[in-house]
Amino acid sequence: MVKAIANSNLLRHLFIIVLGILMLYPVLWLVSSSFKPNQLIFSEPGLWPKEWTFNNYVKGWAGFQGISFGQFFLNSAMISILCVLGNIITCSLAAFAFARLKFKLSKLWFALMIVTIMLPYHVTLIPQYIIFSELNWLNTYYPLIVPKWLATDSFFILLMVQFIRGIPRELDESAIIDGCNLRSIYVRIMLPLLLPALITTAIFTFIWTWDDFFSQMIYISKIDLFTVQLGVRALFDPSGSSDWGALLAMSALSLIPISLIFMFFQKYFLEGIATTGFK
Amino acid sequence: MKIKSARNSLASDHNRTAYLFLTPWLIGFFCLTLGPMMASLYFSLTKYNLLNSPSWIGLGNYVKILSDDETFRNSLFLTFKYVLFSVPLKLIFALIVAMILNKGLRGLGIYRTVYYLPSLLGGSIAIAIVWRQIFAGDGVVNDFLGWFGIKGPSWISHPDYVIYTIIMLTIWQFGSAMVIFLAGLKQVPTELYEASSIDGAGKGRQFFNITLPLLTPVIFFNLVMGIINSFQAFTPAFVIGDGRGGPLDATMFYTLYLYLKGFSFFDMGYASALAWIMLLIIGFLTAIVFTTQKYWVFYSDDQGGK
Repeated sequence: MVKAIANSNLLRHLFIIVLGILMLYPVLWLVSSSFKPNQLIFSEPGLWPKEWTFNNYVKGWAGFQGISFGQFFLNSAMISILCVLGNIITCSLAAFAFARLKFKLSKLWFALMIVTIMLPYHVTLIPQYIIFSELNWLNTYYPLIVPKWLATDSFFILLMVQFIRGIPRELDESAIIDGCNLRSIYVRIMLPLLLPALITTAIFTFIWTWDDFFSQMIYISKIDLFTVQLGVRALFDPSGSSDWGALLAMSALSLIPISLIFMFFQKYFLEGIATTGFK
Repeated sequence: MKIKSARNSLASDHNRTAYLFLTPWLIGFFCLTLGPMMASLYFSLTKYNLLNSPSWIGLGNYVKILSDDETFRNSLFLTFKYVLFSVPLKLIFALIVAMILNKGLRGLGIYRTVYYLPSLLGGSIAIAIVWRQIFAGDGVVNDFLGWFGIKGPSWISHPDYVIYTIIMLTIWQFGSAMVIFLAGLKQVPTELYEASSIDGAGKGRQFFNITLPLLTPVIFFNLVMGIINSFQAFTPAFVIGDGRGGPLDATMFYTLYLYLKGFSFFDMGYASALAWIMLLIIGFLTAIVFTTQKYWVFYSDDQGGK
């Protein structure tokens, strides 16, 4: 009896460990190959490079047409940070209004907000593109950033509405009796208590913006404005003549910001997706 | 009298503050969502190439798409295939691993992290490129098959197989669903298992009569979001294929076709019609899942008894 359980425990552990290795393998392959000389990347199957080189990183970092990957990283970081700020500020303002304030047509607006969560991006894509090109915003970061400052990621509004509903109303009521107005309730009471939801929003906005290859590709074509994703894509030639060493080195680097955020904020990820069902 | 005016001023303060706080969202809603939606509905009824102003052709685009567009039919079929395989398989896999991890293993935190990481990194260009290389003719998968004497094809350049490499890339990202299932499993009251095992229920019956019903709200949510999201998948098909739908249109996902029509051929009217058909299909699928929910989704009373 005991032996059967021990055996199944062993099997279970074995399964979990093997699966874990399989899960990590693509990432490990990427990192290890980025340190191999070009001719060994596809001929040497082992993960531990027999011959180490940093040359891939040097070549990759140099970028192309005189623009280095450092510039692409700066561009991506700037876009992502501005998007994070936009989402945090405008989504929390909207969420506070929906969750706590009584106003005309509130039910209608709330219902419309919920509907936009499910709306596929493609239905608005072409007119948005036309609007932004009429504004002369092609090859600027406005088309990527401005939507976040207009609270178009309604998913996060809903997340914060639900969070605020869990905060006891007595807190706002006693603050009103103490003479606080609604604006200072938002600033002094809601924002500090909303912090976990704000961090979840910030993390996911950062990651999704960092990885948002599609919009970046549509709106950015000048190399000095390239993001990391566009830079990696430009190093990659589907017909097969890419400089694989440089490509894999920059691919590996492109994953570092997200991995770092994950390491530092793990708790928020796991709680955030468990309570809201995010990706 | 004084109370009434105080109440009035409170109400108007609420109203003013609410609309002030909602201003960014309202502008976004009208200028970036509702307005563009109406505009794309209008464009879908026109011929429009960005340079000349749109010329009205009525339902012409829709008629052409539905009656005389081989690529549309292929891409729709391909996307359905992708959704039909990747969404359920990802959920089943996530549930199985969550059940195994839920048995109170040592080092749960590490495994959870390892399994979750792919769903964070999977959307990037970098991983799509790695994936392409792993399944290439000289890639690791074929090295592995070679140990057993099997000579695998180049999975990514074979029109019959490339879709399955993209499906596997999606299943590889099962970690986020798994974390949600783990949280759901923790909330199943242990008394239910104890009571049922006193009544003589085996493990299998416990799973189908207790665990699974209690997880159905989570499964439902994941199913809906999975259908909506995977219908819009773009990056994997764009990078694992050649970016133009090849080999032989085997990576021509619906969104990729829409993108090529709009941004390579600048046929904005046609692309808008494709977008509206996509909206209708997604809406229809979501509605089906929603109407079936009363037959299989179980909401316990303390969750509001919906």
